[in-house]
Amino acid sequence: MKTKRRTMLYIPGNNPAMLQQGGIYGADSLLLDLEDAVALNEKDSARILVKNMLKSISYYNTEVCVRVNHLDTPFGIEDLETIVPLQPDAIRFPKTETVKELKKLIDIIEIIENKHNLPHNKMTIHAMIETALGVQNVFKIAKFSKRVDAITIGGQDLTADMNIANAKDGSGIDLARKMIVMAAKANNIDAIDTVFVDVNDEEGLRIETEYAKKIGFTGKAVINPRQIDIIHEVFTPTEAEIRRAFRIIKEFKKNKDAGIGVFAIDGKMVDAPVVARARHTLDLADIKY
Amino acid sequence: MKNAINREIPNKIKYIGELEPFMGAWEKLKKGWMDEISVPPPNKAKLPHQKKICDTLKEAILKTNPQSGMTLTYHHHLRNGDDILVKAISILAELGIKDITLASSSLNESHDALLRYLEDGTITKIWSSGIRGELGKAISKGILKNPVVIHSHGGRVRAIHTGKIKPDLTIIPAASADEEGNATGAHGKSAFGSIGYARIDARYGKQVIVVTDNLVDYPCNPIGIRQDFVDYIVKVDSIGDPTKIASGTTRITKSPMDLRIAKLAADVIEHSGLFDEGFSFQVGAGGASLAVAKFIREKMKHKNIKGSFMLGGITSYCVEMLKEGLFKTLFDVQSFDAEVSYSLLNNKHHIEIPASLYANPFNCGCMTNKLDVVALGALEIDTDFNVNVITGSEGNIRGASGGHSDTASGAQLTVIVCPSFRGRIPIVTKKVHTVVTPGESVHVLVTERGICVNPKFPELEKRLNKAGIKTRKIEELEKEVDEIVGTAKPIKFTDKIVGLIEYRDGTIIDVIRQVAEC
Repeated sequence: MKTKRRTMLYIPGNNPAMLQQGGIYGADSLLLDLEDAVALNEKDSARILVKNMLKSISYYNTEVCVRVNHLDTPFGIEDLETIVPLQPDAIRFPKTETVKELKKLIDIIEIIENKHNLPHNKMTIHAMIETALGVQNVFKIAKFSKRVDAITIGGQDLTADMNIANAKDGSGIDLARKMIVMAAKANNIDAIDTVFVDVNDEEGLRIETEYAKKIGFTGKAVINPRQIDIIHEVFTPTEAEIRRAFRIIKEFKKNKDAGIGVFAIDGKMVDAPVVARARHTLDLADIKY
Repeated sequence: MKNAINREIPNKIKYIGELEPFMGAWEKLKKGWMDEISVPPPNKAKLPHQKKICDTLKEAILKTNPQSGMTLTYHHHLRNGDDILVKAISILAELGIKDITLASSSLNESHDALLRYLEDGTITKIWSSGIRGELGKAISKGILKNPVVIHSHGGRVRAIHTGKIKPDLTIIPAASADEEGNATGAHGKSAFGSIGYARIDARYGKQVIVVTDNLVDYPCNPIGIRQDFVDYIVKVDSIGDPTKIASGTTRITKSPMDLRIAKLAADVIEHSGLFDEGFSFQVGAGGASLAVAKFIREKMKHKNIKGSFMLGGITSYCVEMLKEGLFKTLFDVQSFDAEVSYSLLNNKHHIEIPASLYANPFNCGCMTNKLDVVALGALEIDTDFNVNVITGSEGNIRGASGGHSDTASGAQLTVIVCPSFRGRIPIVTKKVHTVVTPGESVHVLVTERGICVNPKFPELEKRLNKAGIKTRKIEELEKEVDEIVGTAKPIKFTDKIVGLIEYRDGTIIDVIRQVAEC
């Protein structure tokens, strides 16, 4: 699992300029989209374009993920046949609802990989939960395969599926958010929050991201590069958090050498989970310890 | 002959005389005095209470006794909204005046209508800091017999002082003026802010006409242009289109790429060792350059840093930073919108300065010499960090030297901010078409695909790396750009020189050749 997936920038698969520039904005991950961002009459051209971009453009150290069309559409299989041989870091599968369809997806991917002598453990899968049924099955989906290393929530489709208004406070999908996070945590994989659609509302984005972080998401999808810095700021630990984490690790090492597993800092108990959290904090801040 | 950056330049141009090759950015200034002397400004006389007001521009021009072969100087504070220069030239043409040397501080799209006067021999020579629009295209194709001279803003003052430009007639549009010729750009219906570029013209013009659409009771205050230099005043209905005078380049861009470049540039500035209490700063208007100010503003607030001064082209964004107390003073040689004019008029810490004080290299210290940091754009930059801001990818003149080389020469840190390519056009390239600013005065290039520090400044690179800012070699970046956009077919030029690029000290840094017909 990647240490950091704070931001995942959506890039429409039919936009050459945006595809070309995807790697420059400092997002942790890119999502080259063949699905909802691409009109029906441009599905094939987007597929060809994404294929060639993956072959020729450097995205530097950014994780690259391709969202394919669902297998129920006429485009899903061809998307996989085109993209899987190029082995992007991940394939995102939209509207995942059942383990059965996830199994079908993985079977197809592995057939293609076999055909091209490719390993089965390099490219991962992100399952996107966008329906009420998907939310109900999310734990099983997250648990089904080691290839699934992130679960994401598609807020727009989910509100449509639930036939509710897309409230700014996200109250309608709050339970879904928390179930998805819990399923991801239970399987030790990433949980990525849905997009914030108003690109001019920086304060709203910050509030929603802070909430996502608070309930356990590891990152958030991004629809405009201008949103990246704010989300990174929220998900990056503060100086005080880093200092405390560093101190915990230092004290932990000292106590461990003395054979002590539980100790106190400033009167607060430090045990294994606290140490694990401190390590995660330092990982997020790119600090070696 | 070849100059210090290995560009081939002619020994002599007929109407200018011997040319001096570029020797290095500071070479000519090192000894502390200049061999070229200042020519004396003209002495004039007016009798007590003699009237200066004329009914029409034509009447005023007739009184100046125009002659073929004359030099007309002009300022570009009205930018794309200028209405007066074309009218003045058309009057001179009507009077049968030929062979005019036009020395406007810049020329832009509002001057497209001058093209016919280049064709018919009314204008035969041009000195300017920039040429845009149809004039640039036509000059690049060889419409003029004589090459145009492109100078910097500071270089223009030097050229007038040393008699290279000899203003026979100076026309100064002003937003407000009184009957004696005291004039300003700071108020009036066509307010354009500072009138700093025209001050040297007023001093040296043998005949000076102020044109205004807002004649005010004596005395006009503040006094940007002084009555003791002004011969005639004309009241017209309009000096220009106010919507085009305010350029609209003062809004922070929403382009994610420009913002990304600007943020990286601000990070570089923050960790350069210069971002400290009392630092001074200049940015251009529009695009990534202005956006650098947005991020610097945030960093100054975050670190509670108060700067000394902002310089140069002043935008409303600079005014905001002054009002917030982030800088103590704005030194304004050129301003960009109505809000700037209001500030110039009402805030004592917003000070109008003449172009000489701004950037003239031939004095005891222009303000660009005092700059800590400048962020500048580029049309092209090469692997020697030489910058082109004058010719486009098709070889045509389409930009402006402006204060680019002046500020780069003066600042302790010159940051070039530009995308590594635009569309399919490489911006980072092996060799720029035309050098305006020499690479030795450029410290760092910031693009969306990486930050390149000029190897002449290894300490800066070390400092940035230590702060966690990754840098890369410019040659690698150039190669990556070439792989993305492909190598373009070279532009074909003829041997004819259509433009000389004067460095700020008057030496020739490069030439522009005529674009061959395809």
